[in-house]
Amino acid sequence: MADIYEPQTEADAAAMITEAAREGRALAIFGGNTRAGFGQKVEGAAFTAKRLRGITAYNPSEMTLTALAGTPVAEIEAELADNGQMMAFEPADHRMMMGTEGVPTIGGLFATNTSGPRRFVSGAARDSLLGIRFVNGMGEVIKSGGRVMKNVTGLDLVKLLAGSYGTLGFLTEVTFKVLPVPRTEATVVVTGLNDAEAAIAMSAALATSCEVSGAAHLPESVRWLFGKNGLPDGPATLLRIEGVEASVADRVNRLQPFLQRYGAVSQIDQGDSQQIWREIRDVTPFSEDGSCKPLWRISCAPSAGHQLLAALRLETGVNAFFDWQGGLVWMQMEGDGEAEMIRAYLKRLGGGHATLIRARDSVRAAIAAFEPQEKGVAALSAAVKAKLDPKGIFNPGRMG
Amino acid sequence: MSGAIALKAPDPAILSRRDQIIADLADFLPAGTVVSSERELKPFETDGFIAYRRMPLVVTLPRTTEEVAAIMKYCAKYKVPVVPRGAGTSLSGGAIPQEDAVVVALTRMNRILEVDYPNRCARVQAGVTNLAISEAVSADGFFYAPDPSSQLACTIGGNIGMNSGGAHCLKYGVTTNNLLGVKMVLFDGTVIELGGKALDASGYDLLGIVCGSEGQLGIVTEATVRLIAKPEGQRPVLFGFETSEGASACVTDVIAAGLIPVAIEFMDKPAIEICEAFAKAGYPLDVEALLIVEVEGSETEMDAMLKAIIDIARRHGVKTVKECQSATEAALIWKGRKSAFGATGRIADYICMDGTVPLSQLTNVLRGTAKIVARYGLRVANVFHAGDGNMHPLILYNINDPDEARRAEEAGNEILKLCVDAGGCLTGEHGVGIEKRDLMTHQYSKPDLDQQMAVRAAFDPDWLLNPSKVFPLEGRS
Repeated sequence: MADIYEPQTEADAAAMITEAAREGRALAIFGGNTRAGFGQKVEGAAFTAKRLRGITAYNPSEMTLTALAGTPVAEIEAELADNGQMMAFEPADHRMMMGTEGVPTIGGLFATNTSGPRRFVSGAARDSLLGIRFVNGMGEVIKSGGRVMKNVTGLDLVKLLAGSYGTLGFLTEVTFKVLPVPRTEATVVVTGLNDAEAAIAMSAALATSCEVSGAAHLPESVRWLFGKNGLPDGPATLLRIEGVEASVADRVNRLQPFLQRYGAVSQIDQGDSQQIWREIRDVTPFSEDGSCKPLWRISCAPSAGHQLLAALRLETGVNAFFDWQGGLVWMQMEGDGEAEMIRAYLKRLGGGHATLIRARDSVRAAIAAFEPQEKGVAALSAAVKAKLDPKGIFNPGRMG
Repeated sequence: MSGAIALKAPDPAILSRRDQIIADLADFLPAGTVVSSERELKPFETDGFIAYRRMPLVVTLPRTTEEVAAIMKYCAKYKVPVVPRGAGTSLSGGAIPQEDAVVVALTRMNRILEVDYPNRCARVQAGVTNLAISEAVSADGFFYAPDPSSQLACTIGGNIGMNSGGAHCLKYGVTTNNLLGVKMVLFDGTVIELGGKALDASGYDLLGIVCGSEGQLGIVTEATVRLIAKPEGQRPVLFGFETSEGASACVTDVIAAGLIPVAIEFMDKPAIEICEAFAKAGYPLDVEALLIVEVEGSETEMDAMLKAIIDIARRHGVKTVKECQSATEAALIWKGRKSAFGATGRIADYICMDGTVPLSQLTNVLRGTAKIVARYGLRVANVFHAGDGNMHPLILYNINDPDEARRAEEAGNEILKLCVDAGGCLTGEHGVGIEKRDLMTHQYSKPDLDQQMAVRAAFDPDWLLNPSKVFPLEGRS
C-alpha cells in the first residue's frame, strides 16, 4: 500500500478506507495540511482530500454553497466574492501562525471549526455548516443534513463532525450557508484602556443596539506587532460596525459618544478596518518566526479573559490579545510547560478551555493539546468515536 | 386520524409491574412528584400532535436534576422506557407517551437561575418557558432570539429537544445557534455538563448533537442560552400580492439582493382569511398571498432597507404595501401570524407539515402541495417562514371522519416527500417525532440511518429514551 493516499473520488476514498480498516492501518487525515500542528502529533499514512476538488452547487439566491472537501478556500472565497457573498464566520488563514505552507481547504476549515472575529454574532463554522458527506471508519459513505437553512431531521452528525479534526470521519463534501458581504464597515476605537477597563467597555458596547460585529482588545504589549492601520498609539479597544452605508454611519454616530465615557474615541474606515480585523483573525502578531514559542488559544466567558491574563502575568512571561469581547484569548508564552498553570487558573475563573495550538514537538508530546474532559463527557466522547471509527484508524490520538 | 403510524407494543412485563414501579418511584421521590391516577394522567396522553394518544405508565414531575437522575437510574436498572416532556406542544408527537414508559415532565423546573449581562447569557432550568426568558431580560434591553409560535407555553428543554426555530431565526438562527451549554442526565443517571459560558466547547460537539435529538440522548435539566441586545426599533410591513408566485419570487429577489430582513413570513389566501377572522390584524383580504417582512435597527436603517424591499416588491406586482404606524399595529400584525395554528384549529382539525426547501423551489413546492391536497379532496392553508424555505402547509380535515383523516395523513406524507425530492428535508423545526418517523428512509439511506442510530446507542445503549420516535421501528440495529 502507498504511504500517501490521495483519493480522486469519494468512492476511491471509501475503498481505501475500507482496506485500511481491514488492515487496522492508521491514517493521518488532512486537507492542505496547514493546521497539522493543532492537537497531538499523528502517526499514520498520510491521507488527503486535496484531490476532491470543485464547487458542486452554488446558487447565490439560495445562500448556500456545496463543494468537495479538498476545494481550496481561496477558490471558494473568490467565487463568493464575485457574487457579493461570503462565509459569515470569517474563516482564518492560519499559515503564518503555524509557519506552514500549502493550500487551506474547505474541508479542513470545517474539520477544525475555524471561526474568526464575527463568531459571536454570526456563529462558528459549525453554525454555517448545513450538510456533509463523509466516509466513516468502516469505509461507508454517510450523508447528514442537507442544503437548507433549517433542518432537524434526525441526529445532527454535521455538528459532531465539525471540529472533530478528522478523528470521526473523512469529509468528502460540505454544504454551508453564505451571507451577503456587508456593503461597508467602520471600526470605533477606544484608546488607553487597560485589559479590565476594555472588558467593561466591550461588554457595554455589545449591550447597545448598535449591532457590533467585532470586539477586540489589543493591549499595549502587542500593539507594535500589528500594522499601524490608522490606529492611534497605545492600547486599542476595537468595535466593528458593518452594514449598508446609512446604517453604519448611523450606528457609528451613536456608538462614539456612548464610548467616550471609557476613553479617547476615534474611528477607522473601510480599508484600515478590514486590514486590522484580518490581522486579528489570522493572529499575525504571533506568527511563527522560527522560535516556535508555545501559542495557546483560550475560549472562556468574555469577562474571564482579562482576569486569566492578569493572573498569568504575575507568574510567567506571556503576551496576549483578546477577540470575541474577551472570550477568545490568544497567548504566546515564553516558557514551555505551563499547561497545568493555565488550566488551573481557567478553572478557577469559571471554566472554558485552553488549547495548545503551536509548540515544539517535544512540548507537544508532553502536553494534552486539548483541554482534558471531565470523566462522564470523556467516556461519552470515546463511545461516540467508537461508533464512527471502531478500529480507531482516523487520526489516532490527535484530540488526546 | 387513521392511526397508520405504529407505536411500539408495550412490554407486558413492565405493565404487570406497574404498581411496584409506582410504589418504588414514590418511595425515593418527594411527595407529589409521582402522578398515577387515570384522571391525572389524562392530560399527558398526547401533545400538539393530537391525532395520536397513549396513556403513560406513570408521570413524574421532578423539581431538581438530582431527582431526574434518580428516576433515570431506577429506569435504567429495571429497563423501563422514559419519555421526557416539556409543555407538550410538540407538533410531531415528540412528547406522546407510551403505555410502558415513565414520563419525566420538567414543567416544575421553571426557574431562571442566573442572568449574566456582561457575558450576555442566562442559565435556566429546562422547564422555563421560551417567552419567560425574554420577559426576564426585556427591561434591561435584551432578548432570547428563537421564537416558536408556541413560545408562551413551550419550554426551553423542549426547544432544545426539537432545535426549535421561529419567525425571527432568519437573522438570529435557531436554538442550536443560541445555546451555549446544558446540564443533562444520561440514561443511567449520570449527570454531565456540556459547554458553558464560553462560545466554543472543547472536544467533540456533543452539545450540537444533543440539540435536536428529540429527548433520545438524555434529559436536559438546565441550559445556558445566549442573550442578544434588542434592536433600536422593529418594523413589520405587510405586502399583498396577486399571485403566490409573485410573493415567492419577491422573497428570492430580496435575499439575492443581499437584504436579509429579520423575518419574512408567507401566508396564502386561506391562511390570510383564517388569521384575519381571528386576530383582526388588518390583513388585506383581496390578495392571493401576503408577506410579512420585518426589518430592524434605527429609523434610518429601517427606512433604507424598506425602501429597497418595496422596490423589489413592486417589480413582482405587489398590490398592497402596509407599513404600520405604531407598536400596537406591529404587535397586531404578529398576533395574526403567531395565532395561525390556533386560529386554524378553530375552524377545522389540521396537521401541520414542516418541510424545508431551497428558496428556488418555493413556487414549485407550493404548486405541488396544492395539487396533492386537491387530489385527496382536502383544503390547505399555507403559512410559513419563507426567508429560510421552512414551509408549513396546514392540511385541514375532520378528525372524526376516519377516511378524511387517512387522506390527510397520506397527503401530508406526499408533501414531505415532495420537499425532500426538491432538495429539502422532512422537518425544519418541529422535529421527526412519530409523525415523520417512517418517512426517514425517504431522506436517508440505510447506512445514513444506521450511523445515526449507532451514535444514538453511544448515549442510550438499551434504547430506553423516547424509543418510539425519530427512527423507523423496522431495521433498528
